[in-house]
Amino acid sequence: MKFIDEFRNKEIAQGLIRRIFEVSARPIHLMEVCGTHTVSFFRYGIRDMLPKHIRLLSGPGCPVCVTPNQNIDLAIALSRRDDVLLATFGDMMRVPGSTSSLQKEKAEGRRIRIVYSPLDSLRLAKENPEKKVVFLAVGFETTSPAIAMTLLKAHSEGIQNLYFLNSQKRVPPALRALLQSEKVQIHGFILPGHVCTILGREPFAFLSEEFKRPAVIAGFEPLDLLQAVWMLVNQVEKDQASVEIQYTRVVRDQGNPVAVSKMEQAFQQDEALWRGLGWIPGSGCRLKDAFSSMDARRIEVDVEPPREHPGCLCGEILQAVRTPPECPLFKTVCHPDHPVGPCMVSVEGACFTYFKYEQTQS
Amino acid sequence: MPEGKILLAHGSGGKLSHDLVSDILLPRFSNPFLEPLDDSARITNQEGPLAFTTDSYVINPLFFPGGDIGKLAVCGTVNDLSMVGAVPSCLSLSLIIEEGFSIELLERILSSARDAAEEASIRIVTGDTKVVEHGAADQLFITTSGIGWIRKGVHLSGVNARPGDTVLVSGFLGDHEIAVLSQREGFGFQGELKSDCAPLNGLVGRMLEACPTLRCLRDPTRGGLATSLNEIASRSRVGIVLEEAQIPVRESVLGTCELLGLDPLYLANEGKLIAICPPQEAERVLEAMRAHPSGKHAEIIGRVTEENPKRVTLQTLIGGHRVVDMLTGTQYPRIC
Repeated sequence: MKFIDEFRNKEIAQGLIRRIFEVSARPIHLMEVCGTHTVSFFRYGIRDMLPKHIRLLSGPGCPVCVTPNQNIDLAIALSRRDDVLLATFGDMMRVPGSTSSLQKEKAEGRRIRIVYSPLDSLRLAKENPEKKVVFLAVGFETTSPAIAMTLLKAHSEGIQNLYFLNSQKRVPPALRALLQSEKVQIHGFILPGHVCTILGREPFAFLSEEFKRPAVIAGFEPLDLLQAVWMLVNQVEKDQASVEIQYTRVVRDQGNPVAVSKMEQAFQQDEALWRGLGWIPGSGCRLKDAFSSMDARRIEVDVEPPREHPGCLCGEILQAVRTPPECPLFKTVCHPDHPVGPCMVSVEGACFTYFKYEQTQS
Repeated sequence: MPEGKILLAHGSGGKLSHDLVSDILLPRFSNPFLEPLDDSARITNQEGPLAFTTDSYVINPLFFPGGDIGKLAVCGTVNDLSMVGAVPSCLSLSLIIEEGFSIELLERILSSARDAAEEASIRIVTGDTKVVEHGAADQLFITTSGIGWIRKGVHLSGVNARPGDTVLVSGFLGDHEIAVLSQREGFGFQGELKSDCAPLNGLVGRMLEACPTLRCLRDPTRGGLATSLNEIASRSRVGIVLEEAQIPVRESVLGTCELLGLDPLYLANEGKLIAICPPQEAERVLEAMRAHPSGKHAEIIGRVTEENPKRVTLQTLIGGHRVVDMLTGTQYPRIC
């Protein structure tokens, strides 16, 4: 397949690995911010092909994983109202809230629909005029423009029964918070290619300018990742720090200004609660006042007080302070069939990925 | 069973489905014919071993590119019979119909079932119809059971794989699941992807003529190639190593998987089979498969090993390795 096969070439991959071995001398920690990157590293077996002294850390870039219990509990409470039809992306279904999950609520007969695009929720609103259709809006800057488009379209069409439970997150403030917390040593970042497709390079410039950390905006195929690691290793070994673009076939310096302007029309930057990272200033997307009638938080419901499983380390895993195998629940109590924390639920969650791909050879 | 309720994931063909069978169903219905858990039971009488199997079909939408629930209900059961080396003989067909269902659609579905039965040279010899109140079933459910006579000297089973054996697949994986998904969700993708829904008894006949010592056949339906091979690895207590570059997947299916974050190894098929045969027979089996329309795109995709028993591993395109586990839960498309 064009633009795929070229980036899965075995000979080039092995050439890149050789060059990484030649250049890399210092032990380093590289954070792949995006869950899709974590999956690619495992899926192509790249982790075992790199020098042992390069340690890859999974970052907070899994939208399902960073959504706190409060938001899931609120979605569950909304779905229990007879007049609500809840629309959600598929991978939110199994995420455990404090005492239930959307999957369990669906089995109880609540009206919960899986959608593939935010625009599907607009269609659902038109098809079900007697219901309040609530879209559980989760995602990063990759997903937010489509959510903004849906909101603006519904508003201009005068749709009265579509609501948004905004839980989207912005990536750059989270990386700043991670570096400020100093809980974990990160020598370089592999930045999320598709978030940067929207935002461009500039919002990440602080990584090199303020924190002197090298960063590479990377694609998702094996050659993309190997080249990104090679570029980072080069910067580290030369004591340089800049934000480079490896994913040049997609990412532009200035990002996608149209998408950014749609987000700005619909959303206001706001403080947001992240699982593991806590409240981070400017990392959330609140609806602009002009659209406040579409805010699902205006629908009255009783929400149970949030409760975390005491042993779950998802919070620390999202900050890369711990790895999944260090969690006492991993593979014992917490399993993809009965996940305790969200990182075991999402196909891009660190725990699920470790579980799926790194089972010890027996 | 977690929480005492049936979840959608119990029907997805993965670990929870497996647990449902082994924890809830088997302990109640256990008998020597059912216990080997092959795709059909073997019942021995004076005329030789008989294969007997049953399956229920619930699918949304009822009509999809390349087939419908009627064709599916016949092909699925014919294929289960074929996987134990039986010549399919007779089918039963039971319908559970929701009140208000269109008679015209029912006729179309039954005609399609008849056509599939003709193609597979099998007779539908018994059946049943129930209608339930509106809302008590989703349009139409079909159950088919089938019997067939197992060819003399043939013993195909998931317990037969041996180190050194070759693993083959009869063609492109995932067509059925992606065709149905695209139709149901109205993705409007370009291209004419069709379900692979087809009877496989003709192909199996050719393969057994070429190699009567075939060890094992499976049709990788729900849970896909990965789940079927994990079952074989587990029951034969062997390892299986796959070559990612050799696994046939259509570009349109691969593209959809890339978009939605699905793994083609776990997608359902309705007209494909996996074969395991002794290594010295592999080329002959492959040739026989490719000579049949249902096996035109057959490939050798891996081998059975002594190392890593009960585990399936994949040699990736760039030369790395990874574990291919059983499907857990339902595959949900990712967010971004």
